[in-house]
Amino acid sequence: MLAFPHDFPLLFRKRRSLTRARAEQAGLAPVRIAMLGGPTTQELASWLELFLLDRGIKPVIYQSEYNKYFEDTVLDSSALVEFAPDLVYLHLTSVNLQVPNAANEEELEAAVRSRLDHFAAVWGAVWSALPCQIIMNTFETPALRPLGHLDASSFAGASHFVARLNRELVRAARINSRLLLHDAASLAATSGVAWHAPDRWYSYKIPTSPEADVVMGHSLASLIAAARGRSRKVLVLDLDNTMWGGVIGDDGPDKIVIGRETPRGEAYTAFQEYARRLKDRGVLLAVCSKNDDAMARRGFSHPDSVLRIGDFAAFVANWEPKHQNIEAIARQLNLGLDSFVFVDDNPAERHLVEAQLPMVAVPNVGDDVCRYPAIIDAARYFETISLSAEDAQRTALYAQNAEREALAQKFEDYDAYLASLGMVGEIDAFSPVYLDRITQLTNKTNQFNLTTRRYTKAEMEAVAADPEYITLYGRLTDVFGDNGLVSVVIGRRDDRTLHVDLWLMSCRVLKRGMEDAMLDALVLRARQAGVDRIVGYYIPTARNGMVAEHYSKLGFTQLTDDGPERTSWCLELAGEREYSPRNRHIRHANGGGGEKTGAGHT
Amino acid sequence: MRTEEEGRRPVPDILDRLQPLFRDVLDNPSLTVTRASSGLNVPGWDSLAHITLVAETEREFGIRFALGELETLKNVGDMVDLIERKISA
Repeated sequence: MLAFPHDFPLLFRKRRSLTRARAEQAGLAPVRIAMLGGPTTQELASWLELFLLDRGIKPVIYQSEYNKYFEDTVLDSSALVEFAPDLVYLHLTSVNLQVPNAANEEELEAAVRSRLDHFAAVWGAVWSALPCQIIMNTFETPALRPLGHLDASSFAGASHFVARLNRELVRAARINSRLLLHDAASLAATSGVAWHAPDRWYSYKIPTSPEADVVMGHSLASLIAAARGRSRKVLVLDLDNTMWGGVIGDDGPDKIVIGRETPRGEAYTAFQEYARRLKDRGVLLAVCSKNDDAMARRGFSHPDSVLRIGDFAAFVANWEPKHQNIEAIARQLNLGLDSFVFVDDNPAERHLVEAQLPMVAVPNVGDDVCRYPAIIDAARYFETISLSAEDAQRTALYAQNAEREALAQKFEDYDAYLASLGMVGEIDAFSPVYLDRITQLTNKTNQFNLTTRRYTKAEMEAVAADPEYITLYGRLTDVFGDNGLVSVVIGRRDDRTLHVDLWLMSCRVLKRGMEDAMLDALVLRARQAGVDRIVGYYIPTARNGMVAEHYSKLGFTQLTDDGPERTSWCLELAGEREYSPRNRHIRHANGGGGEKTGAGHT
Repeated sequence: MRTEEEGRRPVPDILDRLQPLFRDVLDNPSLTVTRASSGLNVPGWDSLAHITLVAETEREFGIRFALGELETLKNVGDMVDLIERKISA
C-alpha cells in the first residue's frame, strides 16, 4: 500500500513507476470512468489511476477535452455513450463558476437556479443514455473574497453564492441516489495543503496545487472504491499509548491516562470518541494488543473510558506477534485482510504488520494521540456511498455471531446445531424499502459472490421493475437476533431458461443453509414463470474461491467447461426429474405470503 | 563551424542534477538527456510529464519559473541556461 499520510515528494517524483508496478498486479477489478472536466483533468486522472490501482482496481479513464463537459453530454454524448462508463465524474471547481453580482435575494436565487439547471441538463443527458452514477464535487470556497467577511453573507458575495449552490447540490443528491457528492469543499478546507494555484490555472488550466490534486485523486479513489465494494471495514487498535496513555500492565488499570482531567487524557478521550463514531456508523472495532487479556479488558471498565468491551467485534490481547493476531481476527470475523486498518503508536509493530500483511492499511499515525483521528479520517478508509439502518448495529451482529459459534462448539451434530438456532427466513422479490440495502450488499460482497457483478441503485430499480427478471432477497433471523438482509439473487429470463446473473450472500450467515432456502424460492418462482432450466455462472476472482463449488453443492451439473474465466452450471426443471426442496432448518417469516417463497415446500 | 553544444559554456553540474530527475519522472532508468533533448525526441515527455518536470526542477534547484518564462525554451539546453541564470542571479 502507498504510505499515508501522503509522501508528496515520492509521489511527484515516482508517479509513473509507482503506477506501473501496481498495474502489473494480477486480479485487478476493472472499472470504466468518464472524467468530464471544467479544468484539464490529466493530472488528476493520473492520481486517481494510481490510488485506484493501490486499492486493487484498474480504471480505464475517458477524459473530455478541456472545459467540454457540457458539449460532451448535452450537445453530443455519442463518444461518452460509446465509451460506456461505469461511472461519470464531473470535475468542476469554483473557478468554473461565474459569480453573479446579485443585488438582492431574487437575483441570487435566479443565478443559483440557472447554474443548477445547467448541471441538471448535464446529469439528464448522461442518464438518458447511461444508467450510471455521477460523481460531482462540492464547490470549494473561492480563493478571493473581495467583499471581505461580507462575502459570506452579501447577495453579491462569491462565497455566499458557492454556499447556496452547494446546498442545492446536497438537496439534489439526497433525492437522487445516482448523484454522489465528492466533498471537495471539505478537502480544500481541512486537508492542510495549499489548495488554489492561480499560476497553474493560467499555465495549464489546472486551478489546484499539485498537492491538492493528490488529495483529490486519493479521496475520489476512496469514494469510487466504496462504490465498487472495496471500502475497509475493520479498525484494529492497539491499547497502551494508543487508546489510553500509559501501560496498563505496568501502571495498573486505575492509572491509565483517559478522561477530562488532563490534556493527555482529553486527547485519548477524543480518540476513543472518534472510534465510537466510526463504530456507530458500521465500522467494526477490534483490539490487538500485547497484554494480559484480563488486564487489557479492565481498561474499558475505567469510569472515563468512552468505549466499552461490547463496542468491539473482536478482542485479542496476548503475547503473540501482531500480524498473526490480525489474521486470527480476520478469520473470526470472516472478513478479508484487505478490509483491515491497523493503528498502533509503536513504529516497530506498524512495520511488522505492514511487512507481513501488505494488504492491511497501516497509517503512520506517529505517536501523538492528538493527530490520530485526523490522520485516520483523512485516509478515507471507511468511505460509504449510503448509510443503512443495519450499519449502526453491525457490531452487535458480529458479536451475536461469536455467541452462535460458541453454541456450535457444544453440538457434535451440525444439524442439531442448526435446528437449535430457530432460524426464520424472509425470502421475497425486491421491494423498494430494501433497495438501498440490496444495492449496498451487492456492491460490497466479495467472497460469497458468484459473479461479483456490481449494480447502481438505478440499475437495481430497473431490474426490480422488469418482468423478465426474477429477483430475491433473503433476510434471516434466529434466536440470537436479526442477521438482516443477507442474500441477493437475480435471475434473468431468456425464453425458457433462467440465467442467474447474481447470487451473493453475507459471510456472516455461512453454513446456515440459507443458500438452500434461496434456491427453493428461486425454483418455485422459475416454475411459476414457465422456466425449464436454471443456468448459474461462477466467475472466479481473487476473493470468491469459497463459492467455486456452490452450484455443484446445490445439485447443478456443469455445462461444458468454458475456460478459466467462468464455469456454467445447469439445473433442469422440466421432464422427469422432480426437484425436491433442500431447505430443512429455516422457517418462513412471510406468513400469509409463505407460499410465494416456496422455501421448504412445493 | 562549431556545434551549439561546443559553443556554450559547459554547465555539467546542472545537467547532471537533471538526469535522475528526468529518469524518475519519465520512469526510464537508462535515460540520459542532452542539451538537445526535448519533448520532440524523448519518449514519454508528454504534457503531463512536462508539468511534473517543471515542478520537480523548481524543487530541485529552489527556483521559480515566471509565467511564460518557459515558452520560448526549445530544449534541455535552453532550460539548463535558464536555471544557471536563475541560480547565479
